[in-house]
Amino acid sequence: MFQTYQAPKYKYQVSQEQLHQAVKRHPVVIVGAGPVGLTQALDLASRGVASVVLDEDNTVSVGSRAVCYAKRTLEIWDRLGLGEEFANRGIQWKVGKVFFKDDLAYQFDLLPEEEHKMPAMINFQQYHLEERLVKACADSGMVDLRWNHKILSLKQADSHVSLNVETPDGIYKIEADWLVACDGANSSIRGMVGAEFSGQYFQDRFLIADVVMKANFPTERWFWFDPAFHKNQSVLLHKQSDNVWRIDFQLGWNADPVEAKKPENVIPLIQAMLGKDAEFELEWVSVYQFACRRIDNFRHHRVLFAGDSAHQVSPFGARGANSGVQDCDNLGWKLQAVLQGQAPISLLDSYHEERSYAADDNIGHSTRATDFITPKSRTSTKLRNAVLELASSQLFARPLVNSGRLSKPTPYLNSSLNTLDTDDFQSSMLPGTNCTDAPVMVNGQPTWLLNQLYAGFTLLSFGAGATPVQIGSIRAEVLEEGKDLIDVKGLLKTRFDGRPGTVYLIRPDQHVAARWRQFDVKAIQQAIQRSLTVTA
Amino acid sequence: MSMTKLITEPNILDQDTFYAELINAQRQLSDEQAESMVFKLALILCNHVGDRQVLRDAIELARDNTLAYAK
Repeated sequence: MFQTYQAPKYKYQVSQEQLHQAVKRHPVVIVGAGPVGLTQALDLASRGVASVVLDEDNTVSVGSRAVCYAKRTLEIWDRLGLGEEFANRGIQWKVGKVFFKDDLAYQFDLLPEEEHKMPAMINFQQYHLEERLVKACADSGMVDLRWNHKILSLKQADSHVSLNVETPDGIYKIEADWLVACDGANSSIRGMVGAEFSGQYFQDRFLIADVVMKANFPTERWFWFDPAFHKNQSVLLHKQSDNVWRIDFQLGWNADPVEAKKPENVIPLIQAMLGKDAEFELEWVSVYQFACRRIDNFRHHRVLFAGDSAHQVSPFGARGANSGVQDCDNLGWKLQAVLQGQAPISLLDSYHEERSYAADDNIGHSTRATDFITPKSRTSTKLRNAVLELASSQLFARPLVNSGRLSKPTPYLNSSLNTLDTDDFQSSMLPGTNCTDAPVMVNGQPTWLLNQLYAGFTLLSFGAGATPVQIGSIRAEVLEEGKDLIDVKGLLKTRFDGRPGTVYLIRPDQHVAARWRQFDVKAIQQAIQRSLTVTA
Repeated sequence: MSMTKLITEPNILDQDTFYAELINAQRQLSDEQAESMVFKLALILCNHVGDRQVLRDAIELARDNTLAYAK
């Protein structure tokens, strides 16, 4: 097959521990060097926490796999210094078209509110992403990335986890205060801790192909229900960088996965879609089935699960990798606070509370989209087709068309870490919500709110009056609108309902913890303690 | 909270001509098309009602009534 990309082969190196047969205790060991594991390592590095990352392979993702990265995910990577680069290298898009048979049924625009630093969505092959994350981990000096390291077994002790790890040099033992399992949907760690992973399986098989071609399709997401070129099935087309296009063909229940991915069977499918004369090369083909399921608990004593090891969704909506990166965002600061003795271990239970809530939200969206795309009965199919036929002329039917609801961050509205509003606000920045971005000026230079938030707790103050607040070893720093940053376009005040005197307490993961109409040291101290599960 | 309840008492004036219109609308449609028309009619009316509780009650009534006849 044609290759636009040469995957790097990372060098296996024997660790000092294995060489000297000396067991070492690490604060954090991460299993799996995919987008989630690597992001977790980088997030921890940005917080001064060193980690060891173990991966049983020695290269990046084969094929494009996770393709679409949403704004919130890009904002998290931007906090880690990579957002601008990914936004520039990826293909930005916001329009989606949905076709039924040969007609346009419906068109949507992700409608990114203007004046955000990051775009609504980019398409970027997973291998490009991983290669860059690996480099960033190396550059951080805080991540010890060990290739060809396979976990054989795991034992939980009261204060740590110990792992038996196999390398080309044999077996050795590693200990960790905390283990973060980012080892994917088929996680072996999950089995080792006896976690349940349950949910709904879908029977349909899908063929996924990376196709290299020069084509003039616009930079949009195109989705077909029952097109003439692939009857009774669905097809999804996405543009990626380097003239690589991603096409997903629904194959139905009875497809033979081995036969289906043979080039002699794939090429006619693509020719039917693009025309007999279309010039293209296949770069990667895979056949998959999917499930929507989640782990019983994101925390099993000293082991924390993030990404696909904790939750699996259908691909429609790009909620897999995006929600995995958002897991890291939630877990990083909590691990840091626990490791540094600023919070009790119970803070890590809030990781389960908040991210299982998000996982259930994502699974709900993903399941509903899948049920629309692959109806389970003749009647469901007819009802679905009735929606599609109505949608081309009837506005009311368009919102019912579900070809995947694209990833948005789940606000933790019911989180026990939130301090509930006692004052009146005309803003959607409710406690538990990730801060929306807004353009601001700092030292006469245009920049963005999210780039100005502190790594720890931030007090975003509208006007003068707030001072840094200390409680125990935690200090919330002040970011004062009117002094530290200037809201030249007025959008910051609008988005936060920032009347003079308003103060927002923002967590290290840029989520709102609490907000008030006036600065009150005691209230802020209590809110900080609440968001760290510290009992006064 | 909406206080609207699903109307289960007779509510259609001149019910015989209404029913005739419903049946006549299927003229010259194949069974397949007629079925599609009924699905669309359900969707159009659901949107007209809008009220989620009323819709929930209507779906439940339709299902329960169907199950009651499934012997």
